[in-house]
Amino acid sequence: MHKIVEKKQLADTITLLKVEAPMVVREAKPGQFVIVRLDEFGERIPLTICDADRARGVLTLIIQQLGRSTKDLCALKAGDQIRDILGPLGNPTEIEKFGTVVIIGGGVGAAELYTAAKALKEKGNKVITIIGARNKSLIILEDEFKPIADEVLITTDDGSYGIKGFVTDALKKVISEQKVDRIICCGPIPMMKAVTTTAKPHNIPAIVSLNAILLDATGMCGSCRCTIEGKTKFSCVDGPEFDGYKVDFDELMARNKRFLDEERRALEV
Amino acid sequence: MATNKTPRQEIPARNPEERNKDFKEVSLGFTEEQAVLEAQRCIACKKKPCCNGCPVEIDIPEFIKLVAKKDYKGAIQKIKEKNNLPAICGRVCPQETQCESLCTLVAKGQPVAVGALERFVADREAEHPGSKEPPVIKEKKDIKVAVVGAGPAGLTAAADLARYGYKVTLFESLSASGGVLRYGIPEFRLPKAILDRETEYIKSLGVEIKYNILIGRTFSIADLFKDGYKAIFLGTGAGLPYFLGIPGENLNGVYSANEFLTRVNLMHAYEFPKYKTPVKIGERVAVVGAGNTAMDCVRVAKRLGAKDAMIIYRRSEAEAPARRAELEHAKEERIEFRFLTAPIKIEGNEKGEVKSMTCLKMELGEPDASGRRRPVPIKGSEYEMPVDTVIIAVGQGPNPLIAHTTKELAVDEKSGELKIDENCMTSIKGIFAGGDITTGEGTVIAAMGAGKKAAAAIDKFFKEK
Repeated sequence: MHKIVEKKQLADTITLLKVEAPMVVREAKPGQFVIVRLDEFGERIPLTICDADRARGVLTLIIQQLGRSTKDLCALKAGDQIRDILGPLGNPTEIEKFGTVVIIGGGVGAAELYTAAKALKEKGNKVITIIGARNKSLIILEDEFKPIADEVLITTDDGSYGIKGFVTDALKKVISEQKVDRIICCGPIPMMKAVTTTAKPHNIPAIVSLNAILLDATGMCGSCRCTIEGKTKFSCVDGPEFDGYKVDFDELMARNKRFLDEERRALEV
Repeated sequence: MATNKTPRQEIPARNPEERNKDFKEVSLGFTEEQAVLEAQRCIACKKKPCCNGCPVEIDIPEFIKLVAKKDYKGAIQKIKEKNNLPAICGRVCPQETQCESLCTLVAKGQPVAVGALERFVADREAEHPGSKEPPVIKEKKDIKVAVVGAGPAGLTAAADLARYGYKVTLFESLSASGGVLRYGIPEFRLPKAILDRETEYIKSLGVEIKYNILIGRTFSIADLFKDGYKAIFLGTGAGLPYFLGIPGENLNGVYSANEFLTRVNLMHAYEFPKYKTPVKIGERVAVVGAGNTAMDCVRVAKRLGAKDAMIIYRRSEAEAPARRAELEHAKEERIEFRFLTAPIKIEGNEKGEVKSMTCLKMELGEPDASGRRRPVPIKGSEYEMPVDTVIIAVGQGPNPLIAHTTKELAVDEKSGELKIDENCMTSIKGIFAGGDITTGEGTVIAAMGAGKKAAAAIDKFFKEK
């Protein structure tokens, strides 16, 4: 059992939980994730490790309400218990001195990149962060990124905050102004696809973190398979980060709709 | 008194038309009367050939003799001297190709039903808890041993190591014990309650089980040594699903057997939405493969409401690797079999969902390396059939995670299996391995045999130190 020690509402549908999980944080590195199971009846939910406090043994998770399970998870309060947390899982983000790195987070995807941004900055990179969302109320972690990043750009689809437009609009602007050595992106699949399309003419390496449908997440079931450069890979053990130029995003989008009907049914219960 | 003229007792099973709609156990097991009659069929031959067919070396004639005398307590103790999971083995072991295939009575008719007798005594002990004897543990030693993976190999190694007196911690990445016994084998063949019961027994030997810990990620092998474990047994199994490599395999509606069975067995998807993990099943379901896993998948599909659930297998029935009993049970449950048929393509609709599969008809040619006749495509036999779910059950390889994260471990390049020496030791001193991770996909009992052998090797390793 894992006790929730702190809860914060970041946006209407986005919740931050700090959870006791000393075994998990011991080895946790940027880009890795955990599998959370709320109780005996719960699904195995993949969640990014947003931060890991080794001294306290506390893990920070940021959860967006999408379906039944994430809704139940977000309804928990400080003091409640989560039954299972397995992790850290997946390959860590590559942290090197690249030069200028643009970190792009769409919606809750920003949570995934927070520790990577910190680590990349510590390695001596210039870090530019672009956070995008549909509207102002869904922008998260702006204050947290500000002290780490050299520059933080905000975009909203409706123009309610920051630049009106998509993260790709901000990215184009950055690329036109300076040399970019690497892009790391996490967010909705169409957004990641658009980012790689924007980066490609400039030949900037673009790393994307795939949010495939996971089940066991230990390489056993193949639920999270995706096509990378024509080959089938498992997002859980071969990823979650891949070279964006090689990802078959259209297949991934279709695969992520596999259980839409069931997800709707679960919400009705 | 029965004699060897008494026919082999039929194991009672539930009505196929009723059982193919639910997940309750299919086989009912012997009644006491049947068990005694069956046990009395054993002629107690001197050579005990059956024992040679048992990877965990149960003294089969001895326990059967005790059943014949109605000394069930004695019988279960006799089995437990060697086998810590009798109720499981009595249900899922391929006895027909192991102990029973070597029975002297094979020549004179039918072998003694060893598996059903093993199940009977294990279940009887559970139903009569007063008859339980506390397990014998040798002198406790102050040595910590880590076992990785709570599947059949790991559970057996852990139990035997505990009996030798070691302090054993068993690390399991899933939230419950059993490995493939839990995520792979459906409730109707191996009820979870039986697995829980046998897990409790292993804990009663002093084994501590830690769940939700993935060795290779949560802790590295080096961490385990740092934490004071003096030896490690790796029983991480064959958990990497193989696919066919045909077009359309990533369409929605194509599952690996592992995904399909994990959703249903481990995560209880058949009780959705009470349990929150869904599984989607169509009207026409094709399961590719003909091993036990394929039979499990196709029978689960039928139970989840598929109108047509079929097995697609490129060889003939004679080569099908599944246990005969499972094949027969599947047939009784109205599973369709298409032998000598190989899928070559899966097609989808505009939403990326499976709508059909194209197959080739095959004929049998010369024997191949496996000794089985090789399937050869018949020219021009291609045909397309409508399906909306495809489950790929063509086997699996060793789980690569620990080898990937522990560079010094020697691995067979071709198979990905861990290399071990005659003492079950890997290329790293103090790290032992056994089961599917060293042999590729095998049977439950073979993995248990490997766990047992490794436990003995670990004991020897410390004694020689």
